Amino acid sequence: MATVDTADHHDNHGHDDHHGPEPGIMRWFKTTNHKDLGTLYLIFGLTMFFIGGAMAMIIRLELFQPGIQFVDPYFFNQMTTMHAIVMIFGGVMPAFTGLANWMIPMMIGASDMALPRINNWGFWLLPAAFLLFLSTLFMSGGGPAGGWTLYPPLVLQTGDAFPFVIFSIHMMGISSILGAINVIATVINLRAPGMTLMRMPIFVWTWLITAFLLLLAMPVLAGAVTMLLTDRFFDTTFFSAAGGGDPVMFQHIFWFFGHPEVYIIILPAFGIVSQIIPTFSRKPLFGYASMVYATASIAFLSAIVWAHHMFTVGMPLAGELYFMFATVMIAVPTGVKVFNWTATMWRGSITFEAPMLWSIAFVILFTCGGFSGLMLGIGPADFQYHDTYFVVAHFHYVLVTGAVFSLMAAGYYWMPKWTGHMYNEKIAKAHFWISTISVNVLFFPQHFLGLAGMPRRIPDYNPQFAEFNMISSIGGFVFGISQLLFVWCLIKCIRGGDKATSQVWEGAQGLEWELDSPPAYHTFETPPSEELIIKHAPTAH
Amino acid sequence: MKGTVNKTSVTKYMTMFSRCTIAAIATLVGSAATAEYGLNMTEGVTDISKQVYGLHMMVLGICIIASIVVYGVIVYSLVKHRKSKGAVAAQFHESTTVEILWTAVPLIVLVLMAIPATKTLIAMEDSRNSEMTVKITGYQWKWHYDYQGEGVDFFSTLSTPAAQIYNREEKGEHYLLEVDKPLVIPVDTKVRFVLTAADVIHSWWVPDLGWKKDAIPGMVNDSWTEIIDGPGIYRGQCAELCGRDHGFMPIVVRALSKEDYKAWLEEQKNSI
Repeated sequence: MATVDTADHHDNHGHDDHHGPEPGIMRWFKTTNHKDLGTLYLIFGLTMFFIGGAMAMIIRLELFQPGIQFVDPYFFNQMTTMHAIVMIFGGVMPAFTGLANWMIPMMIGASDMALPRINNWGFWLLPAAFLLFLSTLFMSGGGPAGGWTLYPPLVLQTGDAFPFVIFSIHMMGISSILGAINVIATVINLRAPGMTLMRMPIFVWTWLITAFLLLLAMPVLAGAVTMLLTDRFFDTTFFSAAGGGDPVMFQHIFWFFGHPEVYIIILPAFGIVSQIIPTFSRKPLFGYASMVYATASIAFLSAIVWAHHMFTVGMPLAGELYFMFATVMIAVPTGVKVFNWTATMWRGSITFEAPMLWSIAFVILFTCGGFSGLMLGIGPADFQYHDTYFVVAHFHYVLVTGAVFSLMAAGYYWMPKWTGHMYNEKIAKAHFWISTISVNVLFFPQHFLGLAGMPRRIPDYNPQFAEFNMISSIGGFVFGISQLLFVWCLIKCIRGGDKATSQVWEGAQGLEWELDSPPAYHTFETPPSEELIIKHAPTAH
Repeated sequence: MKGTVNKTSVTKYMTMFSRCTIAAIATLVGSAATAEYGLNMTEGVTDISKQVYGLHMMVLGICIIASIVVYGVIVYSLVKHRKSKGAVAAQFHESTTVEILWTAVPLIVLVLMAIPATKTLIAMEDSRNSEMTVKITGYQWKWHYDYQGEGVDFFSTLSTPAAQIYNREEKGEHYLLEVDKPLVIPVDTKVRFVLTAADVIHSWWVPDLGWKKDAIPGMVNDSWTEIIDGPGIYRGQCAELCGRDHGFMPIVVRALSKEDYKAWLEEQKNSI
């Protein structure tokens, strides 16, 4: 990746006059190369994962015992709020965009993303946005403390940080929209001749659908936070009943963004495990077409169920019934996906390299989060579950053991392709086992806490909740520290290790495995042949 | 002959296994019920809360059964179909029959779940024919109760001393779940609540009553309860993040018999 002349000895691509990356540090600021930007996105995502993780450590430290020990309750609220925004917008979403940047062009036989300059801008907005966002911690009145959902009127009580928070969210949103436009433009326009839509790898499909969800959701968030801004500074009353507005309207608008958002986070994860499980089962993905349709159905349903986050706001009965029915419907296409992964493993020839371990854990633990999601969808029961630790457990099962586990799987799966070296399987497996055990110690007891009556977002609690909180915190510390193993493994892999072949994994399918490891700086400047595409097509067998 | 013997022993093992499992679960749940900390949702003290508990247990049961099936198949694959055991990969990758099957079966289960859920939801939202009304107003960070038409109203504030919160004193049994003046309501009476807030959104939640409802500034929500399990003290907390002391605005409901409630109400009126 680092050498200047890698493109030259790759004879597939003939002559071209821009051979390699610009030397020096300016390469990373000026780059329009999808691989460079993919790397930047992934490193940024990992960095934010640790910053958001540090905030989670503070939260778990304060909750280790009843009583106020370490931080003021208001700072605790800042931590819960910022942990969520950093993890969602800074950790998971950029990491998936990084994977899209790296993998989509190589998977569809394109030479780069369709809009390379926009790609550069889309990335470089993020460090600016998060520097601004994190700097609010040091402003008078502290950072945002009203929860990541930014509900008014509470969020309007934020101190000087308020406009900076809104502006940074705008920048994050613009970055996401640019990334989404780029993915759509690339997948629609730059597929190699012969790469029909139904020959695309499933990861590309899930990202294409995700990109449309992003285009649907992010402008809505931008609108919502802009209305907050004008409510605070320009005397509008969109969300204030005193002026004829409605605080609940904000929640409707927010969740119209927020619910598709959770599928924006999980659909690419579905794509990743749908690539990895067939590889290590040495068997084609079961029901490729139905996986595509299920992804599209989930995306559609995700846009029409938002108010299940709001069963307790006092909606009319008809609204509550509708949102309950629509919500539990999501279980059907999601079930199809889980069944398809199971059927893919069934009668395969399975091996357990690190990417497969993470993917298996994903299927099992994401399903656990799916079940608690189904329970939450039952309206009357939600009147008990809502805003308790049961919800916290639920969304961490789908976001941590779902999205983050899929990212770890992807990291180990494609690391040899990116770096040209095999990672250290021993460290990777240690990372997996410690993470998987500790993450369950961390989040499973939170189901019990919620059911027993502990609300979320509280810094202190009755001693009846002490045991499970302590167990959960211990799991949290171990899980947090064990993520350093990933960094160790990654650095070792970049610096050296066994040489990776271009195929890397015995059972791997897809055009990216035809390229060298690491691939040349510019790949597929001559599109791959149709025979090659058919050979790697998911439905080819 | 041999086959029969094997089958019988398998059945025996299955029975033993399932008995052990049930015993283990029963011990776990039983000990949890008696222990200070809970594992499960409370059944509560109203008809609605018991219906909600029933729905919760039903869906939980369905999820457990489904997870046993799915996880069972996955674990079987992981054990039997591994390359190190010489498994050779089959190449099948489609079957319309099973795809229709595993779309239709969950759909049917969902419809069956939705029927009782709908019934309960309709009952929860029917606050007609109440015998009395209490207006609940959320403040940062306390509750205000106003007995409509009785001229009785008061604030209800956390009574746990700061010394306990900052670990200078031993924490009491009802640490953070105790107030200076609880909400008092009669049992076996349909009590309607109207909820609103003065500053930011709060949420009024007593798990034993089976629901929470948001108290929103400038809006009025309503809900109701009828305590059928007799007098007692039921505790809860604000459930919607409402600022710095969100964790410090508990709710205590003291349910009295109808006569005791009348006496209490008279006393309150006289003391004004």
